[in-house]
Amino acid sequence: MIPEIGEFALIIALFVSVVLALIPMYGASTGNEMWMTYAKPLAMGQFFFVVISFICLGYAFSQDDFSVVYVAQHSNSQMPIQFKLSAIWGGHEGSLLLWALILSGWTFAVSRFSKALPLDMLARVLSVMGIVATGFISFLLITSSPFARYLPRFPADGADLNPLLQDFGLIVHPPMLYMGYVGFSVAFAFAIAALLSGRMDAAWARWARPWTNIAWAFLGMGITLGSWWAYYELGWGGWWFWDPVENASLMPWLVGTALVHSLAATEKRGVFKSWTLLLAIFAFSLSLLGTFLVRSGVLTSVHAFASDPERGFFILMLLALTMGGSLTLYALKAPNVKSESSFSWLSREVFLLINNIFLTVMAVTVLLGTLYPLLIDALGLGKISVGPPYFNAVFVPIMCAMAIAMGVSVAVRWRETTVKAVLNKLWLPAVISILCGLIFPLTYGNGFEVRVFLGISVSLWVMSSVFTEFMGKFRNAQTITSRLKQLPLSYYGMMVAHVGVAVTAIGITLVSTYSEERDMRMQKGDSVELAGYQFTFQGTHVVKGANYMADQATIVVTEDGKSIVTLSPEKRRYNVKNAMMTEADIDPSLFRDLYVALGEPLEKGAWAVRIHYKPYVRWLWLGGILMAFGGLLTVADKRYRQRSVKLEATHA
Amino acid sequence: MPRLLLFIPLLLFFVLAAFLWKGLSIDPRELPSALINKPFPEFSLPALQQPERILTKKDFIGQPVLVNVWATWCPSCRQEHEQLLVIAQAEEIPIIGLNYKDERDLALQWLQQLGNPYQFNIYDEEGMLGLDLGVYGAPETYLLDAQGIIRHRHVGVLIAQDWQELKLIIKGWGSVEN
Repeated sequence: MIPEIGEFALIIALFVSVVLALIPMYGASTGNEMWMTYAKPLAMGQFFFVVISFICLGYAFSQDDFSVVYVAQHSNSQMPIQFKLSAIWGGHEGSLLLWALILSGWTFAVSRFSKALPLDMLARVLSVMGIVATGFISFLLITSSPFARYLPRFPADGADLNPLLQDFGLIVHPPMLYMGYVGFSVAFAFAIAALLSGRMDAAWARWARPWTNIAWAFLGMGITLGSWWAYYELGWGGWWFWDPVENASLMPWLVGTALVHSLAATEKRGVFKSWTLLLAIFAFSLSLLGTFLVRSGVLTSVHAFASDPERGFFILMLLALTMGGSLTLYALKAPNVKSESSFSWLSREVFLLINNIFLTVMAVTVLLGTLYPLLIDALGLGKISVGPPYFNAVFVPIMCAMAIAMGVSVAVRWRETTVKAVLNKLWLPAVISILCGLIFPLTYGNGFEVRVFLGISVSLWVMSSVFTEFMGKFRNAQTITSRLKQLPLSYYGMMVAHVGVAVTAIGITLVSTYSEERDMRMQKGDSVELAGYQFTFQGTHVVKGANYMADQATIVVTEDGKSIVTLSPEKRRYNVKNAMMTEADIDPSLFRDLYVALGEPLEKGAWAVRIHYKPYVRWLWLGGILMAFGGLLTVADKRYRQRSVKLEATHA
Repeated sequence: MPRLLLFIPLLLFFVLAAFLWKGLSIDPRELPSALINKPFPEFSLPALQQPERILTKKDFIGQPVLVNVWATWCPSCRQEHEQLLVIAQAEEIPIIGLNYKDERDLALQWLQQLGNPYQFNIYDEEGMLGLDLGVYGAPETYLLDAQGIIRHRHVGVLIAQDWQELKLIIKGWGSVEN
């Protein structure tokens, strides 16, 4: 009964979204105010019914209702409750339902928190989101309903969730990532509304900006969590694989980063308008493309999702309608939006544009690398593969160039700056970063590494130019605290995010250069040294988990005779699928991780043991967190609230 | 004229969509049919462990073998490695490694650390043999009969179940010959 209610609620939600897609849009184009006001209650209704549907699926999982095909395939009665619930998005159908839930949630949020928005703009934005929701909910209902039943006979127990996914990472990573993907639909809807109404001014940018920044922050957080999850769960210490599925999340993030900056320029200076619109369309297109690549099976990937050409076809149609439609609209209407001000070649505008170009080029590089095997195959030129060598070779140089431009862009002013002023500001950061870049590889590790010099220099360049600029703000300040308060929150957000980029870059440089690892055969009492740490294997014992049995090893780590930590990596066998899983144990700290994983059991109680020393690996994710936090900080800026009150006053 | 430029994104999208459309009808795991039941392509490449030794097809013709395409940059290969060790231990069929677009030092280190299931390894640095074979991506495994004819291709990680299937195919040959 409950699953049928879920399905039924989803059907109602589809009807609501169809009405939402049509009525307010029609009202906005004919100036019918009453029809426009339908947008808000419809957004609420759509959200309400999708929530009901989602709760029904959650209920089916929590009650082990194995008559539901999706539950039977992705759950098992032995699974702990938190994994039963996160198994909702452990497969294709449920992931899509989560997509729909988040989409309708964003729609509802826009309808609630946009009091300052003129009615016709709000009606258009919500209608565009209604169009997207119509596409996705019909995709769900037609090709991939999670509520289909095994009738009349159903299995006594479920097939269990892939053990890789039975982890904290699954609980948090997909929702975060989807919040980001789907969040870009808001920026997209704003862009379409701007094109339709022909109105795209500073006020428009101010409305669109917080939504875009929040979505961007979530996407960044999602990618960071995914990387961290892969690191500890896959058991061999890798943190990024250039896998198609990872690339699918990186591309919208890169374009989203460009969009966040372009929007800032549009808001502050009224420039790059048509570029901003294009980026908004592309950020969401790439999110959809990511969904297509993951779900259609056109690319082979380590993320082995069940793939299905019929679903691929449906998403491709969705993609063609949204993208074809919006890009046609763009081509026809974009000439109507004109930039309002001019700037010289040495200005922040120019450097933002340069960085946008770098970011876009990076996104295109990743796109080409991801699709290249497919393109070659489709042209009948054979089958080839593109591995990390390609991505590293093209990505790293562009990233270095971008980091250099990043430092300059902070120091130059809007509109115009003199060369002298820039040199005055930047000579010190330049000297500091090159010096530290030289010193670090000489004192850390053995021998001078050029890549470490480069990586450290550009990272410190980004950081020190931000700090120099920050210090410069106090030159004419009366008191430091008053100046600190004067600076807008969005300024702090920018600083934090830029420092985050530098922190991540340092992490990448150091962990990929100075990591050490050893694979050993170890018997009880054996001891091995790695990077100055002594690892002693003290044998294994059997432990029993909720739905698995495991051999748990005890490995004592000492440094100069002092005990540091005891690590307990496990080799698990999950009962239902009889699948083996390696559960690594990690001693994390800011400057290094000690990472131990069990390989295969060998004869006479010996084990293959894999030990990693990962310097600065935490910095990777710390930087990701800082970037996301910076994005959110910008949204908390007073001006998005103050101005909205003022605007309301003028509209009233 | 500038107005026409604005149609460029749309055009690019259509080109992309056309490829994606085509992509839907292609199974990336499918072997180009040209190679099944055809002889393994001719090659002449150095061995991974002994760079001075040049390997050719003659080095493994005469008995059924598995040719496994692997590389150190391939995470799935690491996952697959344990299964390869199991097959090697069973000693039912020799495994020939095809080290694909890799660096020699890293590959040697890998074999030392994870164990070496291969009888020998062909070092295909440029990926030329991989190209002739139609390798889509590592890992891939080819089953060759005693005449060096490709009888089966497996794309992706070889798991225990796949190995059982391969064994059945090999058994089939045995009964025909008897």
